[in-house]
Amino acid sequence: MKVKSLLKNKDVSHKLIILATFFLLVIFFSIMKPSYASYDNIMTILLATCVNGLLALGCSFVIITGGIDISVGTVMTFSCVMSGTAFTVWHFPIWLAILFGFLVGTLCGAINGFAVAKMMLPPFIATMAMQMITKGLSLVVSGIKPVYFTGADGYQNIAIGEFLGIPGFYNAIIILVIAAIVAHILFSRILIGRYDLAIGSNEEAARLSGIKVNQWKIGIYALCGLFCGVAGLVMSSRLNSAQPQLGPGYELEAIAAAVIGGNSLTGGEGSIVGTLIGALIISSLTNGLRIMAVSTEIQSAIVGLVLALAVFFDQMRRKKG
Amino acid sequence: MKKLLAVLLTLTMVAGAAVGCGSKSEEPAKSEPAQNEDASAQAPADADTSAPAADGEEPYIAMIALGFSHQFWQAVKSGADQAAADLGVKITFEGPEQETMVDKQVDMLKTALGNNPSAVCMAAIDNEAVAGILQEAKGKGIKVVGFDAGVGEAESEAKCSTDSLAAGALAAEHAAELLGGKGKIGIVGHSQTVVDAVERVVGFKDKIAADYPDIEIVDEQYGEGDHLKSAEVAKSMMQANPDIQLIYTSNEGACVGAYNGLKEANKLKDVKLVGFDSSAAMKEAIKSGEIAGAITQDPVGMGYKTIETAVKLMNGESVESFIDTGCYWYDASNMDDPKIAPLLYD
Repeated sequence: MKVKSLLKNKDVSHKLIILATFFLLVIFFSIMKPSYASYDNIMTILLATCVNGLLALGCSFVIITGGIDISVGTVMTFSCVMSGTAFTVWHFPIWLAILFGFLVGTLCGAINGFAVAKMMLPPFIATMAMQMITKGLSLVVSGIKPVYFTGADGYQNIAIGEFLGIPGFYNAIIILVIAAIVAHILFSRILIGRYDLAIGSNEEAARLSGIKVNQWKIGIYALCGLFCGVAGLVMSSRLNSAQPQLGPGYELEAIAAAVIGGNSLTGGEGSIVGTLIGALIISSLTNGLRIMAVSTEIQSAIVGLVLALAVFFDQMRRKKG
Repeated sequence: MKKLLAVLLTLTMVAGAAVGCGSKSEEPAKSEPAQNEDASAQAPADADTSAPAADGEEPYIAMIALGFSHQFWQAVKSGADQAAADLGVKITFEGPEQETMVDKQVDMLKTALGNNPSAVCMAAIDNEAVAGILQEAKGKGIKVVGFDAGVGEAESEAKCSTDSLAAGALAAEHAAELLGGKGKIGIVGHSQTVVDAVERVVGFKDKIAADYPDIEIVDEQYGEGDHLKSAEVAKSMMQANPDIQLIYTSNEGACVGAYNGLKEANKLKDVKLVGFDSSAAMKEAIKSGEIAGAITQDPVGMGYKTIETAVKLMNGESVESFIDTGCYWYDASNMDDPKIAPLLYD
């Protein structure tokens, strides 16, 4: 009885479906290649999830309002380029440079939100403009050269240092977990999450019931920008440098993770846990295909197929529900 | 409402300006025709001399690369700029942001041709996509020189590039030496479509297959030259084949990516890494021995020779159809050598 009622609950049933998909993938690859399930490889998969996971978390908040943010990849790059510039050129102490990077990300997000809420640009256009702007600025500020963090001792340990000395357990994974917990609390326990859903399901109704829709939208896009900033920290720490030409393309993977995780692109529905599992599915799939030495072009086709299937099943479930 | 409209318009303009900044390489190309008109207006008597190197008027050469932001292209550009200054020609240098954007590159070519260049130097992402346009340009008397990845043979009069098959083979020789002629190799490539990138891998594999029967290439994967993706590729490759003793990478992104991946997996000591091209990060890792060594091309020389060849063609001189701009193996022992050091860029 209890299981049945759980399954009837839309949210829970979707989470179960994607969780099951995830485990099926893991089991399949583990049988095909036993080394897939090794401790080292699991850590590799988790580490590979971090950057995309952080971007997808940020994206989720925006997607749930019925918006979209295609600037997450380049905002991530821009914030770590700025952080690197603050450190190497303006000689900020490293902790301040990192915070500065977060601030830049948040600001880019807030501008996106302002453009969407106050200037009434469609989210796709507003964030596309931001994507181009940040892409250009990253190249201008860096002089089209990587910005190296080699002067900051231990900068690489922020992402790939071992957490509490546990071998192979990278700090970046903890950063993602903490970010996910924060996102989950924001989403399910605090006003911003409820308003997020309300705006996504029916913006006019939300406005009429007294929610200051515009302000919340700016806040939500800014929050997305902050997540991009954190992703930028993880990225630059892994590479020990900010690579100004990276970024374009990352937004699609982040949106794919959010969508596989059950966030509806029309807004009003979604969850943080779902997004996280979505990101895990993508990275464990890519890793598995690589381990099985599937050629790169076929890998891309398979990930595309999984994306289409995930959304298809989600639609079926919705119709039934 | 009016106020809002004003704000909106302002923002659009700012955004437009910023977008313009992002692709600033296009600006000189756009201003070119205006200058040409000026020149012909001032000297109407010269207007009928179509000879590109006519006195008093700097001929214009459009250069279109596979990419723009990568340091390699910036090094090519610096060589080309040097040649342009030495030989008294005007050049523009453009390239799409990503080395996969065929359509953008085609647009750049079309725009450049609209400015009546005397010569076009091009590294095509996809030969087929530009063949027709280049044929037409050639018909109008515009000289076409391929560089780096080059363009189709029928379309160009000369090609200045690294012999990538030979470069791959050179990498294979050194890889085999590092392994003592026996062992397992994995390959992290960066592109399966760019001729040049493919040849670096093919040249490597052919050399191993021909001369080193005890060396086996067990896996070959592609990471788009993206540092992060290449790191993941290298790690999963090691996971699938823990007995790989050497990884060969086909460009800077693949090499630094694989380096980071091996570092994260704590495998730098067990796996020798052979790279391609250079960057500050690569140089440091090679100096410390963490990367065994790499092949470097001569991008500055390539840029210089390309413009030089184009100018020769414009002056009616004959040139070789293939001009090898050379490649070298460098490692900790010779990277400060005065012959090698200038070819390594940050």
